[in-house]
Parts: sequence; C-alpha cells; structure tokens
Amino acid sequence: MLTTRRAQAARGLDSDSQAWLEALRSEGATREQAVARLHALLLGATRFEVSRRRSAMPQLSGGELDDLANQSADDALVAVLAKLDEFRGASRFTTWAYKFALLEAAVKMRRRPWQAREVALEPERWPHLADGGLAPHAQVEQVELLAAVRSAIDEELTLHQREVLLAVALNGVPIDVLAERLGTTRGALYKTIHDARAKLRRRVRADGFSAGPDAEGEQR
Amino acid sequence: MTDSARTEVDGLLRRLLGRSGPELGCEQCFDELDRYVELELAGADAGAAIPGMRAHLQGCAACNEEHASLRALAGTDR
Repeated sequence: MLTTRRAQAARGLDSDSQAWLEALRSEGATREQAVARLHALLLGATRFEVSRRRSAMPQLSGGELDDLANQSADDALVAVLAKLDEFRGASRFTTWAYKFALLEAAVKMRRRPWQAREVALEPERWPHLADGGLAPHAQVEQVELLAAVRSAIDEELTLHQREVLLAVALNGVPIDVLAERLGTTRGALYKTIHDARAKLRRRVRADGFSAGPDAEGEQR
Repeated sequence: MTDSARTEVDGLLRRLLGRSGPELGCEQCFDELDRYVELELAGADAGAAIPGMRAHLQGCAACNEEHASLRALAGTDR
C-alpha cells in the first residue's frame, strides 16, 4: 500500500524532489548526507524567519536568535522525516519542507515574548473604546455596530468562546501562545473563533447591521 | 473620525466578526500551504484552486504570517 502511494506520488514529481526522496529513503552514507543537506536547508529557512521577525524582538541577542533558529531547524527536521510519506508532490519538495521550518520558527518566535507574561482572558481594550475616546469622532454606524458586537459577545457566546475570541482578537494574544496555555492546538482554538464569529455575525445581522465583507462563496 | 481611529475600529470589527463563507481550518491550511504558494508564484488563481484558503488566511493571523514567509522564501528559489 505504502509502495503504491509512493509510486503514485513519484509519477508527478519534479526531478529535484524525486532526488530528495530517493536520498532520504536510502541507507548508509547517502542517507546521512541527505539528512545533513536537509538540515542545512531547514536551518536556512528558520534563519530567514528569525531575520524577518527580529526587529519585533530587540531584547534577544544574536546568539539567542541563532539558538532559536537551530532549535527550530532540529524540530523541523524531525517533523519532515516523520511525514516524508505524506509528501504528495503537490509542490516542490523544498517548498513543502520549508513550511515545517517556518512553522517551528514562527511559533517559537511568537511564544518567546510571552514566556513570563500573563495571558489576559478578560477584555483589556474595551475601556478605551467604550469611554468615549473615539465616539466624538467616530461614525455613528461604526460605533453602533461595535456596541452591538459587544452585546452579542456577552449574550450569544459561551464563556470559552468569549475568552478565546477576546484574548486573540481584542487583547492580541498570539493563537499559539493561547493554545499552549490552554493545553490545546491552534486548530482547535481557531475552530472556536470561527464558530464564535459566525454567532456574532448572525446576531448583528438580526439586529439590522451589515456584518462586514463576505468571503468567497458567501451564503446567507 | 481620524484615519487611524477608523482603521483601529475597522480592524477590531474584522477580527471579531471575520467573514462569512467557506473557510479551511488551520490544519487544512498547513496541508495546502505549499501548493497554494507555488500556484501563486506561478501566477495561477490559487484561491480558485483551493477554496476556503484565502478566507482562512484573512481570518487567521498566524497562518497568514506563515503564508507570507513561505511565499517570500519560496520566491527566492525561483
């Protein structure tokens, strides 16, 4: 079965991707060299990601950033090798491998500034919006929509939906940080946010508001 | 209303309400991300090829950041 899947996938592969797979599935020195080349490729990707984000983390030294890039590359190497049979050839192998490296580095970079910080599950920014600071200048409809959304959050969402949505959308807690603190996954939390948003849109539409732009294939 | 205040409120409302319509989850987004990016780099209509991907990237800040990074990195290989 596995061989069949591999053969099916291999038919659509470009030559570079095919060479990567063959080398990584070989034995002995050939495989060791391929794994070393893969680690170098992944390290290049994690350094790319760290470099993109380093301006947001001035407190980290160059050595700390390089450690983070190396740890991310190590973790990505484990993930890529474990999932090698899931590579379908839908992209080049290097593009497929990069995404594991970028994910590892991005998650570590997002979590680092929050290591010693409390994650706020209660609203932190409503007072700024509710104390009249924006109201004198704001368009009436936008202020009314925001008030309707706040009411809908209080009245329509479960406690878990409210806490997750407000932590991420209002308080700016990265979803990976919240997932780690709550012992769950990014995907599970995003599902919670998705469901909460759908409830809010239904409620504010019922209240007579437009609920903002629609995505592709909108069905009301 | 100042432009910055309007942008702040618009952004908050967008984050709270999201968008209607079909949308992938984070795991599906990760599964499809490499194909989506290569379609984009090839000038193809990636959004049409992978329905719900664009909506997810608009709704999930973390996946959106990783998409931007992969697109930039894969673009340097071309």
